Amino acid sequence: MITFTLNGQAQRFEGDPEMPLLWYLRDVQGLTGTKFGCGEALCGACTVHADGAPIRSCQTTLGDLSGVAVTTIEGLSPDGMHPVQVAWRELNVAQCGYCQAGQIMSAAALLKDTPHPSDEAIDDAMSGNICRCATYPRIRAAIKRAAGEVHRKTASSGSAK
Amino acid sequence: MSGITNLSRRAALMGLGAGTFILAGGLGLAVGPGALAEDAPKKYGGDAMPGGVKDDPRLFVALAADGTLTILCHRAEMGQGVRTSWAMVIADEMDADWAKVKVDQAPGDEARYGNQNTDGSRSMRHHFQALRRIGAAARQMLAQAAASQWGVPVAEVTVDHHSLVHAASGRRLGFGEVAAAAAALPVPARETLVFKDPAKFRYIGRGDVGLVDGFDITTGRATYGIDVRRDNMLYAVVARPPVHGGKLGHYNVDEALQVPGVLKVVVLNTAPLPSGFLPKGGLAVVAENTWAALKGREKLKVTWEDGPNASYDSAAYRAELEAAARAPGQVVRNVGDVDGALKSAAKHVTAEYYIPHLAQAPMEPPAAAAQVTGDKCEIWGSTQAPQTTRETVAKVLSIPPENVTVHQTLVGGGFGRKSKPDYIAEAALLSRAMDGRPVKLTFTRTDDLHHGFLHTVSVERLEGGLDAKGKPVAWLHRTVAPSIGATFTAGVKHEGASELGMGAVNTPWIVPNLRVENPEAESHTRIGWFRSVSNIPHAFAVQSFVAELAEAAGRDPKDFLLDLIGPARQINPADLSDSWNYNEDPVAYAYDTGRLRGVVERAAREAGWGKPLPKGQGRGIAAHRSFASYAAAVVQVDVDAQGKLTIPRVDIAFDCGPVINPDRVRAQLEGAVTQGVSLATLGEISFKAGQVQQDNFDTYQVTRIEAAPKDIRVHLMPAPKYDAPLGGVGEPGVPPIAPALLNAVFAATGKRIRSLPIRDQLRA
Ligand code: FES
Ligand code: FES
Repeated sequence: MITFTLNGQAQRFEGDPEMPLLWYLRDVQGLTGTKFGCGEALCGACTVHADGAPIRSCQTTLGDLSGVAVTTIEGLSPDGMHPVQVAWRELNVAQCGYCQAGQIMSAAALLKDTPHPSDEAIDDAMSGNICRCATYPRIRAAIKRAAGEVHRKTASSGSAK
Repeated sequence: MSGITNLSRRAALMGLGAGTFILAGGLGLAVGPGALAEDAPKKYGGDAMPGGVKDDPRLFVALAADGTLTILCHRAEMGQGVRTSWAMVIADEMDADWAKVKVDQAPGDEARYGNQNTDGSRSMRHHFQALRRIGAAARQMLAQAAASQWGVPVAEVTVDHHSLVHAASGRRLGFGEVAAAAAALPVPARETLVFKDPAKFRYIGRGDVGLVDGFDITTGRATYGIDVRRDNMLYAVVARPPVHGGKLGHYNVDEALQVPGVLKVVVLNTAPLPSGFLPKGGLAVVAENTWAALKGREKLKVTWEDGPNASYDSAAYRAELEAAARAPGQVVRNVGDVDGALKSAAKHVTAEYYIPHLAQAPMEPPAAAAQVTGDKCEIWGSTQAPQTTRETVAKVLSIPPENVTVHQTLVGGGFGRKSKPDYIAEAALLSRAMDGRPVKLTFTRTDDLHHGFLHTVSVERLEGGLDAKGKPVAWLHRTVAPSIGATFTAGVKHEGASELGMGAVNTPWIVPNLRVENPEAESHTRIGWFRSVSNIPHAFAVQSFVAELAEAAGRDPKDFLLDLIGPARQINPADLSDSWNYNEDPVAYAYDTGRLRGVVERAAREAGWGKPLPKGQGRGIAAHRSFASYAAAVVQVDVDAQGKLTIPRVDIAFDCGPVINPDRVRAQLEGAVTQGVSLATLGEISFKAGQVQQDNFDTYQVTRIEAAPKDIRVHLMPAPKYDAPLGGVGEPGVPPIAPALLNAVFAATGKRIRSLPIRDQLRA
């Protein structure tokens, strides 16, 4: 049996430990916000956080998850108001939107570690996320817009503690 | 072999006979039974589409007592923002409050809602005026209802942002308060509609409205075809014949059935060629989840009977196309005496260009769920063409199209792939095979690349003659490419009128001798629509060659291009041997060279054309009219000593007539620029032994953030009045990008690349 948390909820999984997290999320849990795009860690559509770090859920098996805290796009914020989500909406980043959950998860992880990323840091962090609609200029702009905000929120929640 | 269901031959072989239906792409490659009688006045635009355009407000507008305004959108949302723009127009004409607007998606029902085929860059082009009529009619009905309630003449009622006002008495009613009374009124006749003064538009032309799906998309709640979940649903993937036209040979499914979660393996029959929209057949693995289905598929033991396309080989085929391009072919436009003029020209320039097959590769691969209940079928899927879906599903199930309900989800990218409902028909066949349980069918990325409807492959050969002063005196273009028509009709070996009308025949050049030929090319795979279609190879070749002629003439490429375009004038496309003109009226939608000049001049000016650049950098320019819009791009490149290409900046000037939602027009162009860069630098699908060689995004590469142009500047031409004809937006940004990029590479390096993709051709 594998135990881990999913968006803060304890999970026990007794099935095949080889099952990729992606299909567990989508087909078993019904959390379809995490997308399938390639199945081979080539496109980033399936990006989720494992203990806060961005991972490709298509290449992560349930067996890898023992004791891990998994966060999906559905759990990124309770109300959809994570600064990255807000910036994405303010700039109308999405076109078809299909890749955007993965983009947002990669961007949110980037900003947690690098509050003010350079263009090169954005390229590095986001290179694994394909957007076939090519919303890249707005992705870059939205990350920069969210950057100040993430920093401010982190700083204020830090000082409140 | 237990667990196999052999579907009846009849079900799968009920082919969509060639020529018996109107093609989803509306490219005029086949004519349906509804073709117009000879003496009927010719219809254009939306009126010429199957189902036409509907403008009855009762179909599209519902107002609740609390004022909530629900607007029904009947076009597929695939990233162009149509759900937002569609609702914006109706809401603005009604003078409604955007905060109270909700958008619902219409099911597939062309008889009720009018044409729903979302492609050809025509949702707004065909519907803007109808949407205004819907909004104006709804507004007038609300005003009338308020006037009746107050017992005052309707002329004394004004509409003010979701309210009705009687100024003389100071009375005011919310839209919701008169909703029921308004709904009971007759719809005003079209001639009595009074449109809002565009100066008072709050949303149209302004574009500060957020995307209606923005919240759902950013929170993972948005539902695409691949996300559909139904009670009791099963999951399926299909092993399909790897060669187009091939079919199942021997197979053993015992091991597949051992995989936990796999319930059944279903044989799907292969439709005979030309197979049109019909599925390819093969073996379907149906399971309790997608992963089990995928594992089961890996365990299938299958041999395939490849059929006549097993020898399709891209290298050999290219040589065939080149040979065809070097010999005379069917003449599709002829002005003057090209051969004589070439012979006597002071300079004779020849160039051949190659663009390989491309796959649309939308990020959401084709996927849909279906449930068959008796002689009825329900579909939940992402499709650009709900009506084609109904017809195709009806054919494979042998039920009437009215019995097929299509629930339209968001489309996770289409680019033309999802105009073809083969994957949806598979889901329907599998639900029937599983005794009516809902089945979701998913293409993997490999399935998507291997079993697509690819962009054509082409060789374009151009010859030009210059006189002693460097003036162009002759232009010969041979375009050789397998046609989309061959996917639907046996024996098609020439490009159709629509394909030729995408920039091959219809160049407006000031050249006294001009000929376009279209030699034969046989198709060996499924060819389909890809964002901007044949405009891609034609514009690449034509606009590269213009720059090559400019070089030979010792002229600036931008000045030379403007001279070729000549003075501003309105040309009937028929005079350019273009009988198609995107199915638009040749007068209202004449080829306007002034607008083409306009975008060239604007792009050049904005980009700082002619200003010096650092060593290793260069600018290139290209312009193209497509989908009744005009686009010109200046691409700036940097090529370092190792041959690494970067694109610091792209300026694109765009004239689509009135701009309805500027934010989405800009977004479409930003995307088109990088998609153009992607196909020019990386895009290639190739065949060996009849099979696609690319399996996923490692071998079929697309542009990622670090290689995308760093700075994309969109310049929208000043919009004319809102009653001027609208051009398309989704596609016309793509065609000028590849030639502008390759012209820039030439400017930077002196190296002329004529064969796409660039890939490592610049590497030192
Ligand atoms: S689906 Fe996991 S990276 Fe593409
Ligand atoms: S928004 Fe369509 S793939 Fe990114």
